[in-house]
Amino acid sequence: MKADLNVNAKAVSVEVEPRTTLLDCLRDQLGLTGTHAGCEHGICGACTVLLDGEPVRSCLMFAVQADGYAITTIEAVAPAPGELSIVQDAFCETHGLQCGYCTPGMILTAEALLRRIPDPTRADIVNAISANICRCTGYGQIVEAVALAAKRLAGSNVPRALPPGDGA
Amino acid sequence: MSAPPFRFVATPRRVREDRRFVAGRGNYVADVNLPGMLHVALVPSQHAAARIVAIDASSALAIPGVRAVVTGAELAAAVDPLMNGLDTPRVRRLPLAVGQVRYNGEWVAAVAAESRALAEDAAERVDVAYEPLPFVLDPEQALRPESPAVHPDHGSNVLLDRTFVWGDVEQHFARSPRRLSFRVTWGRNSTVPVETFGVVAAWDPWNEILDVWASIQMPKYADQIARALRVPANAVRVHYDVDVGGSYGVKRGIKHTVLAGYLARRLARPVRLIEDRLENMRAGDAHGPDRIFDVAVAFDDDGVINSMKMRALDNVGAYAGRAPFQLGKPIGAIVGPYRIRSVEYRAISVTTNKAAQEAVRGFGQSPTNYAIETAIERVAAALNLDRIEVRRRNFIRKDEFPYLIPSGTRYDSGDYQTVVDKVLAHVGGPKLQQERDRLRQDGWLAGIGIAACLEPSGGNSAFEPLLNPKNTTTTWMESCRINVDALGHVTAAIHTTSSGQGHETLAATVIGEVLEIDPDRIRIVRPDSLASLPGNSPVGSRMAIMLGGAAFHAAEKLKRKLVAIAAQQFGCSDQAVDYAAGAVAERNGTRRLDWGELVTIAHRNFHLLPPGFEPGLEVTHVMQVPTGTALPTQDGRVQMYPCHSFEFHLVLVAIDPELGKPGFRRYVIGHDCGTVINPAIVKGMTLGGIAHGIGAALLEEFVYDDQGQMISQSFMDYVLPSAHEVPEIEIVHHCTPSPFTVFGQKGSGESGYLGAPAAVASAINDAVAPLGLAFTKLPIRMSELSDAVAAARASGKDRTRTGAA
Repeated sequence: MKADLNVNAKAVSVEVEPRTTLLDCLRDQLGLTGTHAGCEHGICGACTVLLDGEPVRSCLMFAVQADGYAITTIEAVAPAPGELSIVQDAFCETHGLQCGYCTPGMILTAEALLRRIPDPTRADIVNAISANICRCTGYGQIVEAVALAAKRLAGSNVPRALPPGDGA
Repeated sequence: MSAPPFRFVATPRRVREDRRFVAGRGNYVADVNLPGMLHVALVPSQHAAARIVAIDASSALAIPGVRAVVTGAELAAAVDPLMNGLDTPRVRRLPLAVGQVRYNGEWVAAVAAESRALAEDAAERVDVAYEPLPFVLDPEQALRPESPAVHPDHGSNVLLDRTFVWGDVEQHFARSPRRLSFRVTWGRNSTVPVETFGVVAAWDPWNEILDVWASIQMPKYADQIARALRVPANAVRVHYDVDVGGSYGVKRGIKHTVLAGYLARRLARPVRLIEDRLENMRAGDAHGPDRIFDVAVAFDDDGVINSMKMRALDNVGAYAGRAPFQLGKPIGAIVGPYRIRSVEYRAISVTTNKAAQEAVRGFGQSPTNYAIETAIERVAAALNLDRIEVRRRNFIRKDEFPYLIPSGTRYDSGDYQTVVDKVLAHVGGPKLQQERDRLRQDGWLAGIGIAACLEPSGGNSAFEPLLNPKNTTTTWMESCRINVDALGHVTAAIHTTSSGQGHETLAATVIGEVLEIDPDRIRIVRPDSLASLPGNSPVGSRMAIMLGGAAFHAAEKLKRKLVAIAAQQFGCSDQAVDYAAGAVAERNGTRRLDWGELVTIAHRNFHLLPPGFEPGLEVTHVMQVPTGTALPTQDGRVQMYPCHSFEFHLVLVAIDPELGKPGFRRYVIGHDCGTVINPAIVKGMTLGGIAHGIGAALLEEFVYDDQGQMISQSFMDYVLPSAHEVPEIEIVHHCTPSPFTVFGQKGSGESGYLGAPAAVASAINDAVAPLGLAFTKLPIRMSELSDAVAAARASGKDRTRTGAA
């Protein structure tokens, strides 16, 4: 069946089986391979994307269910090719990753957190990222990255983008 | 000690790999998408053991888009069995079960179809008729002659039963005034990367070559594929530029690759086999050690341990592979950081009807460390001595290195007392104990956990000839090639995949350090296996030492070339010039050639090159492990890994006595891995290792029910630590350089994990000791804790309510 999706601020029309997950649709049909399959049962968070700015498991919903939402994947986070967002750069600064497999989900979770809470406490950060499993880092440098990103965002003169589909 | 004068090594620098990963631009195996690619799903065994009576694939093959259903019988005729580490030829292992299934989930047949979804649909329609057979799950039961043999042709379930005696154990036991013994059990867990194992194989019949992309971390991977598929090794091309989404030891998917390679040849289509989580957990053959330790120690009244007897019984599951070697590697640090004078070590490896075991972070060392540390705790308790003091009394002293342990390994260096001093100073001396006592008064079950242990690093394979006399391998190399192009830009090649260890950053940093040029301007590439120099992949905590070493020596060779080219122009000897930051200058003169001029001579002015020089500017270095190059002695002594990092964990845990939920109030680790090449990388590995160790101690286990069905098959049952379970960890650094490595570096890829399970167990046991409880099996689950605490309180043994501690 046909689904009309809004992915990274672009309208796309895809032909999918009803059982096709949003994860498989993004990866296999739209070539957005930054979204990763980890457990495919909603625990690990590697497949996290934003729907109207909120983190969701793309493995736990069907592509057709995403019709009508603004979908944001990791590919839309970098402001320009080769240029990192403040959050992405903070992850590089603290080395908040190793193998990189959970990283797109972590970054989207962090982006969403910092839109919601610009000055998170450590507990806020831990709560937010506890939805995502990282097997490499033990989370220490991820927490540092999110805290650093919050600090840098507060001191930046970059307009705070609203989640796509929100506000405007 | 003062920091060595490095420019780039040991300085805070970014990890270059991170840029592509934060942008979602890694190149993982699931991102490899070839035209015409088929997808594989597996048909799993429903039984722990059964004879395969018949397989009917007709209804699966009737589904449009299904291209093949392959069974074990077909595969067995076309491929050779997978390699065993031990000399156990009758323990045959093929990617699909042949005639008999040996564990729940084992692959019985494979379906190849136009999509993964179709392949899964078809797999459900493959009708397998079984005749159930008796099975065995428990390793002690598996030892009994009357138990069903997992491999009847092998004759028994025993793969290995060898007793080593190093030193005068009986005399030390007889003469020691005190002895104690105990049993501890290490539950079957694993590294469980967030990315499952995957492989894409494509056969080109016109060039007769098999291209392989895989999330692999395995020595001699291409060789093993070639042997099993009966093709020349130069007909297998493994692409090393695939990013691996975590491994920590287990990504050895040889059975997956042989199956995919076979299907790719038979069907003349690219084939992708990517495990789903269920396949990964149940039949990825990636479980870790599953081990019972019986330990006895003989010691003096002052807590000095003279001798140890250890029996390690390991349940490797249904097939052998390399897993039994995980009993061998710990021989290289069998006394931990302690001066135990003699050791008897009995290593027993048995097959059972559980999934096959694979290499896990530390290769058996973390369970062994847990057993050794439990011995220390028991000695302290028996003598009513302070637990840290007992460790101190047994530590090898700083001035005793290099220190020869009874089993034949010479430890390189260490300063254990100082690390402990630093950690205690960091926590404010007695303050941690005061905090524990305060928590106890507030009604918590609070305990302090302690662990001191070693991380052997620089992996060789000395355990192979030690446990398999037919194996005479003493070579375990790593390589690096550096090329300076005609415009003067530097490109270095490394010859392995990486799974998050930052090898590109490592190689660039080391080469930049030697050549005194900016590491960020050095390109690092990963040629495929046919264009690669020999190597053994990132196992055994070896890459800082081995890839770092190979890159260092290659860069030194390059520097020597530049020096010789310059000296030729100056008409002086190589010793009369100095290299600095890419330029070479006369020491007693004014002439100087900069990088660009030297490169031009190398690439364009053959007439100016020293006689005998090859044109261009390219060097390679193949490096052998610094020590451990001899075969074992007759009495089973061998130099295992060259370097030994030290870690000292100090942990404060408070357990809610009603819920049994442990919470970390403080987690401090003192860590000495010699010179740190990239601080951010080492920190991450240490924190990640501790998180993994917390999982092993409290949460993670592959559990089988009494019917041999695996019941922890998902992340809902097999619980990985989240950010809530891992506390903020404080690292206290110390640096004792290794004399055996180029910068004094040691390994760190297993750090944290090697001591965390022992430390957490120690904390829990300290917390529940006032209740008269002691846990001797990992993981210590919350449910077991709360039940045990409730039972102890009901029985009236509880001393916590009267304020005793």
